[in-house]
Amino acid sequence: MKNWFKNIDSNLIRLLFITVIVFAIMAALVPSKFLTMRNIESMSFQFPELGLLSIAIMITMLTGGIDLSVVGIANLSGIFMALIFTKAIPQGTSGFPMFLYIIVGIIIGVSTGAFAGYLNGLLIAKVGITPILATLGTMQLFTGIAVVITKGFAISGFPEAFLIIGNSKILFVSFPLFIFILTTAGISILLSKTSLGINLYLIGTNEKAAVFSGIRKARVLIKSYMLSGILGGITGVIMIARTNSAKADYGSSYVLQAILVSVLGGVNPAGGFGKVIGVVIAVLALQFLSSGFSMLRFSNFAKEFIWGAFLLFIMVLNFIQNRRAAKNIVKKED
Amino acid sequence: MKISASDNMLKRFRHEFIILAIIVALSIIIGSINSQFYSIGNIYSLLKSTVIMGLFALGSFLVLVSGDIDISFTAIGAFCMYVTSKLVLLIIPGAGIVVIMLVAGLIGILLGFINAVFISLLKMPGLIVTLGTGSMIRGFLLTFIGVRIINKLPDSMIAFSKITFLHKAQANGHIVGLSIGFVVFIAFAILIYLILKYTVTGRAVYALGGDRVATARVGFNITKVQFFIYGTVGFLSGLAGVTHSSFMRNGNPFDLVGTELSVIAAVVLGGTSITGGKGSVFGAVLGVFLLVLINNSLIMVGIPSYWQRAVVGIIILLSTGSVALQERRSQGV
Repeated sequence: MKNWFKNIDSNLIRLLFITVIVFAIMAALVPSKFLTMRNIESMSFQFPELGLLSIAIMITMLTGGIDLSVVGIANLSGIFMALIFTKAIPQGTSGFPMFLYIIVGIIIGVSTGAFAGYLNGLLIAKVGITPILATLGTMQLFTGIAVVITKGFAISGFPEAFLIIGNSKILFVSFPLFIFILTTAGISILLSKTSLGINLYLIGTNEKAAVFSGIRKARVLIKSYMLSGILGGITGVIMIARTNSAKADYGSSYVLQAILVSVLGGVNPAGGFGKVIGVVIAVLALQFLSSGFSMLRFSNFAKEFIWGAFLLFIMVLNFIQNRRAAKNIVKKED
Repeated sequence: MKISASDNMLKRFRHEFIILAIIVALSIIIGSINSQFYSIGNIYSLLKSTVIMGLFALGSFLVLVSGDIDISFTAIGAFCMYVTSKLVLLIIPGAGIVVIMLVAGLIGILLGFINAVFISLLKMPGLIVTLGTGSMIRGFLLTFIGVRIINKLPDSMIAFSKITFLHKAQANGHIVGLSIGFVVFIAFAILIYLILKYTVTGRAVYALGGDRVATARVGFNITKVQFFIYGTVGFLSGLAGVTHSSFMRNGNPFDLVGTELSVIAAVVLGGTSITGGKGSVFGAVLGVFLLVLINNSLIMVGIPSYWQRAVVGIIILLSTGSVALQERRSQGV
């Protein structure tokens, strides 16, 4: 058991190392663009969305599940918020009432995420559908509801005060990054310090043992999917605030990217292993790659190729490393 | 897992019966709202619509039965379709359709083997591997091979899309026929069924999904079985790709990718267990029929097409949910 964690940590260190190298290479290749405040700032507006979605998927992977619907949740939350911002607020509202409207909108958006996650949790823990299928179905359902509400069109034109969330800075830190840091810190503490977090890991490590030791599996699972849904809702807030529009099928490629990030970050899709910090490093690595390649005028397709290669490369490295570690254990035991 | 063979059979048939009943019920409802539904032209066109998804679904079915998951097959299909069309136009523009299909299938097998290397030799989970290979294959295709739509396909591919039979006259006097693509799909469905049922490798696919360790202990060569599975997925994806561009009368490298989750949904609708070991070809084919029926008939009954995704989502949840509840009950949980 101890060795497993040691491996995870060495995988993490390797990923961090690779991330630094990626950053250095990009900085060396396009120093005039990559190492500018402007680029670093624009990256800090871009990656929090993918980062939050990846952490959402990570939480569900810890129990051996997955949440394919999380982008659908983000979009649905975004659309409910958009409806409030464009339909419910009377003309000429400003000042404190506006602030209240915005808070109410955000609460509704995040609660939509929580409720959608609760539905996922029920389907998985109570009805007994496999997580991939349940969330594949709800992904269609949530996106479908969003399409029905908007008839496929985008909703745009939100209050200026709300757009601050997606486009401004607090003390040199972009607002989305600020939310990202707060949320990841919260999730990190929740996973490592609370009984819910520890139970999540236990269910992913050995489900039967966890159940026999008195963990109420259904409850923990439902909470984990609710948590994922809440993160989806928060992502929805950032997404619509940054783009000033809400669309039913925005960012559909985020699903696979978020899985990619969590696996890169050392999360075991079979459950039990993974840390928030790993996912944070992984999303940074991808952002550096992505921004750097944009500056090198690589097309999106070339990026797709490189991301896939990067994922397989890291997986193979981890595989070799873990096998070597396993061999060493066997030798020692001999 | 402690279900006797006869119980298991009964259950499997039960699920297929349910799906079949849903298909029949939906057809009656749709037909009663819009009698156009029963026209031979519509039925032929529905059957033709099942071909591409069906070929993909057969491959997906194999992977799911073996207890894994593959999401790279649409990228493989697009790659095979585009590369083959380009190659054939460049080297042997007069090649027959069989040659073209074989070339596409061969490229597909090679790409499938890449998946098999990672999954079988490096023992990595299929979802992760195929996520990586899928984006690599698509990225490679669009970066290094081309993004331009091929408007002039080899003649034999165009000719293939025009082959029809069982000609019938419609009410308006038009003569319509069933596309040969449907025969190809059904022929491969039967072939996969026979392989799974009567060959050692085929039995091993089920065994692998049921219990990997036991399968190895019994003496099956798991590596060989997995190369067979992912090679077959590649081959079928190649066929699906060529058939797709033949139907569309052009080669669009952006097509196909994005449909993989619906294909998996269709297979699962048909009763294939995502944890492996269970499922039948017949069920998978029915699952494809049901999904295509829903996708193509909403408009016929006056439901706006933007309802499609929500309806598909609900049907996936109802179907997988009823199976899951049934299993729970039979296990006495």
